[in-house]
Amino acid sequence: MTNSIQEIADADFILATGTNTFDAHPVIGIQVKKAVAKGAVLAVVDPRLTDSAKLAEYHLQIKPGTDIALLNGFANVIIEEGLYNKTFVEERTEDFDAFKETVAKYTPDYVSEVTGVSADLIREAARGYAKAKNSTILYTMGITQHVCGTHNVFSTTNLALLTGHIGKESSGVNPLRGQNNVQGACDMGALPVVFPGYQPVAVEANRQKFAVAWGVEKMPDKPGLTVGELIESAGNSIKALYIMGENPVMSDPDADQVLHELESLDFLVVQDIFLTETAQFADVVLPAASFAEKDGTFSNTERRVQLVRKAIEPIGDSKPDWEIICLISDAMGYPMNYASPEEIMSEISSVTPSYGGINYERLEQGSLQWPCPNADHPGTKFLHKDKFVRGLGKFQAVEHIPPNEIPDEEYQLVLSTGRRRYHYHTGTMTQRTGALEVFYPEEYLEISSADAEKFGICDGDKVKVTSRRGQVEVAAQVSERVTPGLVFTSFQYPDVPINRVTNPARDPIAKIPEYKVCAVKVEKVS
Amino acid sequence: MVANVTLTIDGIRITVPKGSTVLEAAEKAGIFIPTFCHDPELSKPGACRICVVEIPGMRNLPASCVTEAMEGMVVYSASPAVIEARKTNLELLLANHPEDCLTCNKNGDCRLQEYAYYYGVKYGAFKGEKHRYPLEDDNPFIVRDMNKCILCGKCVRMCEEVQGNNVLNFAFRGFNALVTPAMNSKYSDTEISNCVFCGNCISVCPVGALSEKDMLGKARRWEVKKVTTTCPYCGVGCQFDLNVKDNKVLGVTSTDGDVNGRALCVKGRFGYGFIHHPDRLTTPLIKKDGKFVEATWTEAIKLVAEKLGDIKAKDGPDAIGILSSARVTNEENYLMNKLARAVIGTNNIDHCARL
Repeated sequence: MTNSIQEIADADFILATGTNTFDAHPVIGIQVKKAVAKGAVLAVVDPRLTDSAKLAEYHLQIKPGTDIALLNGFANVIIEEGLYNKTFVEERTEDFDAFKETVAKYTPDYVSEVTGVSADLIREAARGYAKAKNSTILYTMGITQHVCGTHNVFSTTNLALLTGHIGKESSGVNPLRGQNNVQGACDMGALPVVFPGYQPVAVEANRQKFAVAWGVEKMPDKPGLTVGELIESAGNSIKALYIMGENPVMSDPDADQVLHELESLDFLVVQDIFLTETAQFADVVLPAASFAEKDGTFSNTERRVQLVRKAIEPIGDSKPDWEIICLISDAMGYPMNYASPEEIMSEISSVTPSYGGINYERLEQGSLQWPCPNADHPGTKFLHKDKFVRGLGKFQAVEHIPPNEIPDEEYQLVLSTGRRRYHYHTGTMTQRTGALEVFYPEEYLEISSADAEKFGICDGDKVKVTSRRGQVEVAAQVSERVTPGLVFTSFQYPDVPINRVTNPARDPIAKIPEYKVCAVKVEKVS
Repeated sequence: MVANVTLTIDGIRITVPKGSTVLEAAEKAGIFIPTFCHDPELSKPGACRICVVEIPGMRNLPASCVTEAMEGMVVYSASPAVIEARKTNLELLLANHPEDCLTCNKNGDCRLQEYAYYYGVKYGAFKGEKHRYPLEDDNPFIVRDMNKCILCGKCVRMCEEVQGNNVLNFAFRGFNALVTPAMNSKYSDTEISNCVFCGNCISVCPVGALSEKDMLGKARRWEVKKVTTTCPYCGVGCQFDLNVKDNKVLGVTSTDGDVNGRALCVKGRFGYGFIHHPDRLTTPLIKKDGKFVEATWTEAIKLVAEKLGDIKAKDGPDAIGILSSARVTNEENYLMNKLARAVIGTNNIDHCARL
């Protein structure tokens, strides 16, 4: 996030796009509700009538996969009506002219045709976003999980640059991240092209720096493969996978293919707290300790580094992940001698400029938001205040790209997937709490009454959802939350492994799969 | 510059910003005043009157939580009239409160109990009708015992002003006054109640009216060690206290998190049961002839190191891929990135940020 979570409450206009905030990030939802209670205008872009959409003044119920068209449409209105921040565009951005040219054809009428949202609604919401004192954009996977995910993100930042709604309090572009330490995993170099602190592996000076720091001759310079590519290459160029705390059999698209690929590996190690669907395919399973059984830090969606404290001893003979990694490293001939996570953090701050001033002594006094380059730095509440990291903010002229798979005669419906309020990701934890799964025991497929009638389905009927890749059975729920043509379910139930159906087509830049759109047919199981 | 006012409470002169309440001034002076309905994060109804003080010149005993501190004001926080008023207040509350401290979950952490002890107030000063509400325990998260409710209304305001779900309000009048969801429904009637089981109401309840269901009967409050940590679910980074006894996590209670204050969601507050679930892996496993066999750490680590070493030697480091995790700590991700790059010698490391 460019801003902090609590700044949301002071925004005057919130554009929440592709985020089911009240279900997936309930405590950020609190800040959104607070802002609305104080008079902020909430605009929600979502094909579904989510709880946040119900609270919104403007619900832009777009057809799935038409985000760029909509946001370009906003820009068109803002430029045409002279509502853009000319000073900001002049002083802090570049490539405005090319952007202006691109969005010229995205008139409200044209965008209305593409997105299904009325031209007036587009105009009103665009004006609201541009004119408010502090406008902020919130987004999650509804923006990113498309074959044009990166361009979708560009189109949100374009709006912020156009209006100058960035680089100040309560005003910015804010991805709400979905996992406790997804920010930290990225920060720590668990990515194929960067060292910790986003220092590119392609830069020789960085490779030298880390070779020296880690006492090895040289660092690999070849860019690594992303998660989808790693699994796709299993059995071919990839012979062994070491998977820690991930469950690709449930979470990755086209799950049947994932199974096949994992089976073709020479060697698979899985390190987890449960024998997950993925762990069952492993050659070796290493039992890890849960968050309650170890010390460490998590970095949240607003770059805030916070302590995780050990409350109990590890269950059974399980061990904290850091200890297991050290054991493997030792056995491979590279001793890793750390007495505690605190010692590891000292090493992290010595090689990661944005974490330079972060240590446990300070964290005991309170959390710190990076960038925090030195021990006297108070941390950074919001980013891009006077200058962007690259200097000038670059407009990225992007065009609407249709989804990879669109409905046809055989597969007439669009399937979109996401999360439920009572469950988390692949359900490994929330299906075993004695509470959450008791209250919300069964998954269902949301289908509109029009489609239910068309396909002869009643509320509660068992239905078969089939795509070109696979099929699952699930109970139908006739619901006002989805529009005709759209069905929705979560990927959180082992007995509804919906990723057998989803499309592995990926965004070419971020390599993120298009979970939000695939073509399916839905039939009643007789 | 905010103007200040100076007042005298129990003979102590104290200077506070103009607009402060007498209660706030007393807190700053280190003077104890009991409260039930007051909460610094919530609006001030000034309803329960346990915080009354004596201020010469005022015609009755004002509630300190809603009385503005004025220049030159003289306040007595524990005069005989104040003590008598507080005792009567407590006697009236106890007249309609179950005599249940022995088995009450809040024993040791209950304001009613604490103040009754402090002021020496016992049951039985007033005789009268008592409520006989059925226990609401039909959901797996929260138990509501309205017989114990003292109508302070903090849960009502927490739900409205912090959580923003407006589940609760006062219904009925007089003796029958009751805190309840719409249509006198239950929390579990979510279509009517709008409840999302965040349990933020529990975090402000001063008595035993609202409890975490799973924590009932497990431990006395003073037996529990609270360990402040960060939630393992989404990326918001809420902090909470794990309640621990005998190496077992018994539950989650609110702390004052930098991001979330006392607020949590249903997963953070009630989703900890996986920690002690019998499915937890407790020993390394090695697959032999298609079946998992329990192994020692020494065997398992040796096998992993050998296999990875062999593949690295035979097919090169780029034949190995590592999936690190958005679920583990920074320190662990850092080590995994070091293992991949420095030890194995590949950039083939990623995690589920894309999924």
